[in-house]
Amino acid sequence: IYLLKMNKYNTHTHTHIYMIYDYISNSASFCLPNHSTTVRRPFPLSHGTTTLGFIFQGGVIAAADTRASAGGLVACPAVHKITPIHSHLVVTSSGSGADCMLWERILTREIRLYQLRHRRRLSIRGTAKLLSFMLHPFKGTEVCVALTLCGWDKESGPKLIYVCSDGARLQGDIFSVGSGSPYAYGVLDGGLKWSLSKDEAISLAREAVFRATHRDAYSGNNVDLFHITAQGWSQRKREDLKEEYYRDMEKRSKDRRGKIKRE
Amino acid sequence: MEYLIGIQGQDFVLVAADNVAASSIIQMKHDYDKMFKLSEKILLLCVGEAGDTVQFAEYIQKNVQLYKMRNGYELSPAAAANFTRKNLADYLRSRTPYHVNLLLAGYDDSDGPGLYYMDYLSSLAKAPFAAHGYGAFLTLSILDRYYRPEMKLNLKKITKTGPK
Repeated sequence: IYLLKMNKYNTHTHTHIYMIYDYISNSASFCLPNHSTTVRRPFPLSHGTTTLGFIFQGGVIAAADTRASAGGLVACPAVHKITPIHSHLVVTSSGSGADCMLWERILTREIRLYQLRHRRRLSIRGTAKLLSFMLHPFKGTEVCVALTLCGWDKESGPKLIYVCSDGARLQGDIFSVGSGSPYAYGVLDGGLKWSLSKDEAISLAREAVFRATHRDAYSGNNVDLFHITAQGWSQRKREDLKEEYYRDMEKRSKDRRGKIKRE
Repeated sequence: MEYLIGIQGQDFVLVAADNVAASSIIQMKHDYDKMFKLSEKILLLCVGEAGDTVQFAEYIQKNVQLYKMRNGYELSPAAAANFTRKNLADYLRSRTPYHVNLLLAGYDDSDGPGLYYMDYLSSLAKAPFAAHGYGAFLTLSILDRYYRPEMKLNLKKITKTGPK
């Protein structure tokens, strides 16, 4: 109907045929074998983040930035990317913001149902497997979630498991996810030791997120830090990375002044 | 890319896999185990698309164990290999094919050792030696040149360095 209207009111039908062609080829690129109808996206989905988690002698640290980007727009500068599921489990999210919010709610619901039905809390490994199996039917669709479950099991101690919508499920000691993850890995791999104290670990996590937000355009604004121990999770006050940047600038200019004095 | 290799001798099959789990340019794990124990005498090595590998391999693993529970005796390596291939072939032309490359290594008490090569198009071949991944391009020619069916296994060397 739209095509007929254009032909009626405009003599430049040639250009409009090209416009329709563009529309068809664009919607064809969104066309998936699983979908019978294709819907054109009104704006790019919010992606882009830096999240990280690591295990050390004092428990598990989870850290993330707070920027939600939609293409080149900062859709929201103050998002919560780390969500507590229960007293001993938090999940850091990256990928599509909407998908992560939904799947975190679904996971919380299923964990709570399991607890009510079986009168015991599901282990972190079990939680990760449950989430992975719930996401499996959506493999190949546009669902994009990459979650890191950071928690403490009563039986087996600290746990860090990465689950993503591709189906990967990896348990490890250190994970960083998102567009800023390579930069965070650089800082973490260099400074992480098992024997770090709690304050050293927190400042390392903050430094890693700061360096990632400095280089990655899609990460920024603030940093959220969570610390999980056998007693449960505790959250630090959200810190503006602008302050960290000025502290870093101050330190650099002091170093430069010291160097010039010595020379 | 992920690498698998298997070599069959007179009374053994030797398999090895790398330990990296990568996501595009990032190595997410350096100590990832790609081997799945189907039974006491059968190992399945599985590489391919993230998620598909673990899902498919665990499905085969649990079904082989279920067979033992139901029937009281274990599947032979040849039967396990053909069962795996059939499942892969059934999913191949469905809406959700599994993109996995496999090596199945087993020891049959009556037939002896066996190494089975399977790829994501569910082709199955029993081979004296096989490899998957980019490394296969480099190692298959070495194996062609130096492999002999009567090769012996130097266990001392393996236990010294420690299999990963």
